[in-house]
Amino acid sequence: MTNRRTLLTAGLSGLSLAMLGGTASFAQAAQTSGKFVFIVLRGAMDGLTAVVPYNDPAYRSFRGVIALDGPGGPNGTLPLSDGFGLHPALKEMHGLWQTGQMSFMHAAASPYRERSHFDAQDMLEAGTAQLTSIRSGWMNRALAMLPNGPNQEGVAIGRTIPLVLRGPAKATSWAPPLAPESDGDTLARLSDLYAGDAMLSNALAMAIETDRIADGGTMTSGDTGRGRQGAYAPLASAAARILAAPGGPAGAVLSFEGWDTHANQGGAQGQLANRLEALDNAIKALRVGLGPLWANTTVVIATEFGRTVRVNGTGGTDHGTGGVSFLLGGAVRGGLMLGDWPGLSRLYEDRDLVPTNDVRQLFAQGLTNAWGLDRQAVLSHVFTA
Amino acid sequence: MSLNAVIAANRFGLGARPGDLKKVVLDPKAWLLSQVGQSQATNIRSDNLLTSAQAFEALQDYQQARAAQQRAAASPSPAVSFDERVRLADLVNQTTGREIEARVQHAVTTTAPFAERWVQFWSNHFTMAARNLQTTPFPGSFEREAIRPYVWGRFEDLLVKADTHVGMLIYLDQAQSIGPNSQAAQNQQGRRRAAGLNENLAREILELHTLGADGGYSQADVTEFARALTGWTVAGPRLRRLAQDAKIGTTIFVPALHEPGARVVLGKSFPPAGENQALAILSHLARQPAVAKRIAAKVAQHFVADDPPRALVARLEASFRQSGGDLAALARTLIQSPEAWVPEASKFKTPNDFLISTMRASGANAASTQALRATFEQLGQTPWRAPSPKGWPDVASEWAAPDAILKRIDWANLAADIIGESFQPIAFAESALGPALTDKTRTAISRAQTARQGIVLALMSPEFQRR
Repeated sequence: MTNRRTLLTAGLSGLSLAMLGGTASFAQAAQTSGKFVFIVLRGAMDGLTAVVPYNDPAYRSFRGVIALDGPGGPNGTLPLSDGFGLHPALKEMHGLWQTGQMSFMHAAASPYRERSHFDAQDMLEAGTAQLTSIRSGWMNRALAMLPNGPNQEGVAIGRTIPLVLRGPAKATSWAPPLAPESDGDTLARLSDLYAGDAMLSNALAMAIETDRIADGGTMTSGDTGRGRQGAYAPLASAAARILAAPGGPAGAVLSFEGWDTHANQGGAQGQLANRLEALDNAIKALRVGLGPLWANTTVVIATEFGRTVRVNGTGGTDHGTGGVSFLLGGAVRGGLMLGDWPGLSRLYEDRDLVPTNDVRQLFAQGLTNAWGLDRQAVLSHVFTA
Repeated sequence: MSLNAVIAANRFGLGARPGDLKKVVLDPKAWLLSQVGQSQATNIRSDNLLTSAQAFEALQDYQQARAAQQRAAASPSPAVSFDERVRLADLVNQTTGREIEARVQHAVTTTAPFAERWVQFWSNHFTMAARNLQTTPFPGSFEREAIRPYVWGRFEDLLVKADTHVGMLIYLDQAQSIGPNSQAAQNQQGRRRAAGLNENLAREILELHTLGADGGYSQADVTEFARALTGWTVAGPRLRRLAQDAKIGTTIFVPALHEPGARVVLGKSFPPAGENQALAILSHLARQPAVAKRIAAKVAQHFVADDPPRALVARLEASFRQSGGDLAALARTLIQSPEAWVPEASKFKTPNDFLISTMRASGANAASTQALRATFEQLGQTPWRAPSPKGWPDVASEWAAPDAILKRIDWANLAADIIGESFQPIAFAESALGPALTDKTRTAISRAQTARQGIVLALMSPEFQRR
């Protein structure tokens, strides 16, 4: 296992000193022909399942029933570098890795160190060093640095504009025309909440059953009905269509929900594998949908925090700290592991992956790569607070 | 904070707006009592709303224009039918659309939410619903003109105002009821179809507005009452000449339509007295013990429990009887009744109350009509579209069907996106529910995957769904 010191680990001041080689060269002036896509995985994706440190001696014992095999076997991970393997469901992303269009940053986290999804998502999107009252997001502040023009604009795929895209620069949102149905996970949580209320619990149980029948039994299987929380690809196609339109926005934000795998998350197959496959399909939909524009596109994938290193008693994982993030796209010169790998021999608070890398470093890199912004300017204007 | 503040805001009111619970907590009962008798609280802004007479004229204009177009075009051209659609949409928007907006706006922002619940209870008791073109323009003005000004007065006065309002006369077919032996019927005998007595209003007054189905009246009472009611009608373009050129679209009494003679209702004889004959019967009905009993049971069921405690019903009944049907006294008795303050929240919110309380909890001040109407429809309770004169049901079993719950969850999902822009989920739940927020729900909310999911859990929690 190599501990590559490609980025300094402490704070953003290190960013300018330690920017990676191998990324796109920085244009002299900011330009908006490049497209930037930010994908938030809400609910906290388990980084150790997405990018598996199969060579780490402690990995198997920590992970137990949810451990994955290294590359080679039928259910093996897909080879990356440095003793890491990509989850077998992430085929499209592995293809990008192989053609040098993807890098990953493990043990990544925002400066947030508590365990609330909402606060963590807020901080991830605000891009600040602590929870503040700042109500603008880093992507919006970066958009504000672009030259004025029709595409100096960001679009959120969803009914509202998430914090990351709120602020002074122009932002809009687009949602699929169908009224959104509540997802299976929310219904499951409500079922628990109704345990003491006979009327509500009976009504909800019958509703879920009826819905399952109407859906042909696919309720929890992924892409249809109320289980379609995992149907990320149509949202990605929509984002591609909007970005590719003449004068289309320079950036898009996608929110994919459903990553809070406290129980039965599975390994090579199962609940989390289905989500990862849906994510992978979304990346493919984005690439195909953007067509020639893919070559000018930079995508960052991040989640609010990682999950516990040890599998819990119900075959799942709980809220943790260090997670994994991705930088990919036709405009990315990748094939790299970014940042430090802390290893599993020492855990944060004896439970989490040590957050050695500030995920905002990856954000800054994505922004400079996509829009040719000056790195120093991004640091001082976007990620100062 | 005491639970009584939440009970005052939720069970008696329309849900807490941000900051409400802190204000209410000082003295929840006094807060409620201060709303009783407040006529300001029960009136709503009506600057851009049509009176029932104006609505009647607008309906006449539309019908005349439509008739003219149909005559002009043997084969109606697309342009003509398009014009008609536009005119119709205009009519509906001017009446129903604006009325819904004003009503919701008031319910969402009022600082006297118990008074508004009281209005909506009586409005539902005297249901006047839109069921066709003729009735659509009127429910809003009916509520503003015949319900709101009278909810703190005597039941008898409210009964008279509601059942002689233009909207009700049209809705329950009284406007075309003619005494079989009236002067008008005699004049037109042999010429057109026999003039008809319509019993609908008389029947619904006995069955729904006063005694109740088991209130001890007979079919003969219905018919006799219907005869007494003849003459009470709406001033249309021709009829108005028979009533001293009354203003078009107002309630009139036309002696020529009235059935002559004495009437016997509930064994009591009412001598001929023109318009006063029906009023005397209404007055007699309002004093029947069955009415006190029925109103008491309905009020208790509406505010406290689907199957309300007998002691509560008895106390309300006594209050109604002893005060001669004083509705303000009835409201005070309800507020002072210990049974109304039990901690367990057993009433399940109607879709209307769920929607209103969600908007109040989110601090909303206004909403667009179109979005509103679609939402009410989705949740199954469009204002003034009650399926029958019986009004909207008032028990959980009618509202908690599986599909209805799922629709609420789906709508909560939408609402949560908007609420999430200004609230953290726990803060939202605390502001709306105060001490009624259970640890269980609090934990579920704090564990939600997204802020939106947290707010959905808060909105759909048993303590928010019940009151």
